[in-house]
Amino acid sequence: MPIILQVSKLVKRFGKLIAVNDVSFEIQRGTCFGLLGPNGAGKTTTIELMEGIKTADAGSILYNGEPLGHQFRNEAGIMFQNTALQEFVTVREMLVQYSRFYPRTADIDKLVEQYSLGEFLNQDTRKLSGGQKQRLLLAMALINLPKILFLDEPTTGLDPQSRRNLWERVRQVKAEGTTILLTTHYMEEAYELCDEIAIMDHGRIIAHDAPDALLAKHFDDVVVQINEEDIPRRLGESEFDATYRNGNAHILTADVNKTVERLLALEVPLNRLRIRARDLEDLFLELTGKELRA
Amino acid sequence: MWNRIYALFVARNTEFFRDRSALAWSVLLPVLIMFGFAYAFTEDNPEKFKVAIITAAQPGTATEQFKMTRYIKFIEVDGIEENLAKIERHQIDLLFDANTRKYWINQTSPNGYIVEKLLIAAFADSAQTLQQNMVEGDEVRYIDWVIPGVIAMNIMWGALFGIGYVIVRYRKMGVLKRLHATPVTSVEFLTAQIFSRLWLLLVVNILIFIGMDYFLEFRMDGSYFDLLLVFTLGCICLICCGLVVAARISSEEVANGLLNLFSWPMMFLSGVWFSLEGAHPLMQKLAMLLPLTHLTAAAREIMIDGAGLTQVADHLLVLGLSSVVLLLIGAKIFRWE
Repeated sequence: MPIILQVSKLVKRFGKLIAVNDVSFEIQRGTCFGLLGPNGAGKTTTIELMEGIKTADAGSILYNGEPLGHQFRNEAGIMFQNTALQEFVTVREMLVQYSRFYPRTADIDKLVEQYSLGEFLNQDTRKLSGGQKQRLLLAMALINLPKILFLDEPTTGLDPQSRRNLWERVRQVKAEGTTILLTTHYMEEAYELCDEIAIMDHGRIIAHDAPDALLAKHFDDVVVQINEEDIPRRLGESEFDATYRNGNAHILTADVNKTVERLLALEVPLNRLRIRARDLEDLFLELTGKELRA
Repeated sequence: MWNRIYALFVARNTEFFRDRSALAWSVLLPVLIMFGFAYAFTEDNPEKFKVAIITAAQPGTATEQFKMTRYIKFIEVDGIEENLAKIERHQIDLLFDANTRKYWINQTSPNGYIVEKLLIAAFADSAQTLQQNMVEGDEVRYIDWVIPGVIAMNIMWGALFGIGYVIVRYRKMGVLKRLHATPVTSVEFLTAQIFSRLWLLLVVNILIFIGMDYFLEFRMDGSYFDLLLVFTLGCICLICCGLVVAARISSEEVANGLLNLFSWPMMFLSGVWFSLEGAHPLMQKLAMLLPLTHLTAAAREIMIDGAGLTQVADHLLVLGLSSVVLLLIGAKIFRWE
């Protein structure tokens, strides 16, 4: 697939802090690329450099092989992490205003229908709920029929239902051929939506591949999870090198049968035992040693 | 480009007209000020006699006796010609040259008539004779004198806070950041803000002008077109001041402080409420650097003296050049975030 956006040796400093340190990657047309990282990892700065909102101290960003310019501005759709909307203006007026900024625009009525904005179309933007606001912001980001869409933590603060609703809409956008660059705190979100992910920490990319490929590359084991009350901490740590969090002992093992046999031998009750594959959150913890939502 | 400017222009106007508290405040404040002043300065005031006097090297007893009269403010002046205009406009009631004992009064002025009687009484026992001269002119009430300044001041508040606060709030909320992610350029954004504020200020102040004229019947001797031109240029200049203040900062508290730093000296040093004649020369020079001084002076000359554009060309030039310089600075240092 052709490359739509190419980032090479990107550096951004704020005083002595190097927020983005020698970051390079490419995004293929029509894919969803996820940028993951804990707070302060540099992902928002990276995405804002790519959006042309901030200027890099070194490195280059090419859109369709050209430096970011007027064409990029006309063809990029952007949804920021914390965008405030103009006050005293209705949803329809916001869409009309933004449609006038671009030479090529979507049909507003169609957008309204697609993003279920009809019921509050003539409502002041100050009176929108979190989910309604996110839908409007996404519709605004799509008003120019973008070829590349930047979504900076689009579901932060949303309830699970609104989050899944937004995922569905992002899938639709991707299905229509739009390239998506997504930053998120939610590993499940990244796994559900992204074809490729890059994990950032301390301004650097520390892992980059398709989600399943990354998991396969880093893990050959599974997690056996037992309630903390069923296996005393001392026993779990000495016998299985288990880690304890959220009221559970987590035992990593490549041989589930052998682990279960050992647990039975130690007379550990298995009524609340769960076995799960390693996920992106585990990968992130392994790579960065940080809780994502901390 | 113009499509984008128009979109921003419409959005800002919509926001302004729907923000009822801001709209009401921007109309009510000047109305309240003007009614307050109209009430305060149309009351009878027994201490309004003003006599300009050209002191003699050796003043006689009668002159000294006249100068001791209570309730008269004596102002020492040097020349005659420049003060005749003040008699015409009732800014002084009598001009007395103690060297020649000639005096000038306005024949339509009641105050001039009374002060003349006091002067004649002071010289009744003197061998020296007085020589009367009459000048003619219409009365200029304080309200006539102060109205141009009050309208100019209202423009200043509307321009500085109307544009400065809005841009800072947009920046703080992230509205500017969102606009930066569109093809909108800083020049387009600033142009839209200037146009939006300009027409709002002009419409609001024209309505205030008409309303106040209906109630107070203040003086308007010049051309309405010239006055509109002066107010338009003044609006642009003061809006550009607001742009410079708001070009970089993102804190409303800092914006508030800076806007007050600009507006309060202008309010007191620009001759809105009182003339700076007799003030320290440095203060007078400082006042000439302020756009509000030129806006007030030009409006006053047109409204009270009936001046034309050529007579206020110096003020227009200063306002025009200041606008260009401030706009360039504002655009140069403007930051979206």
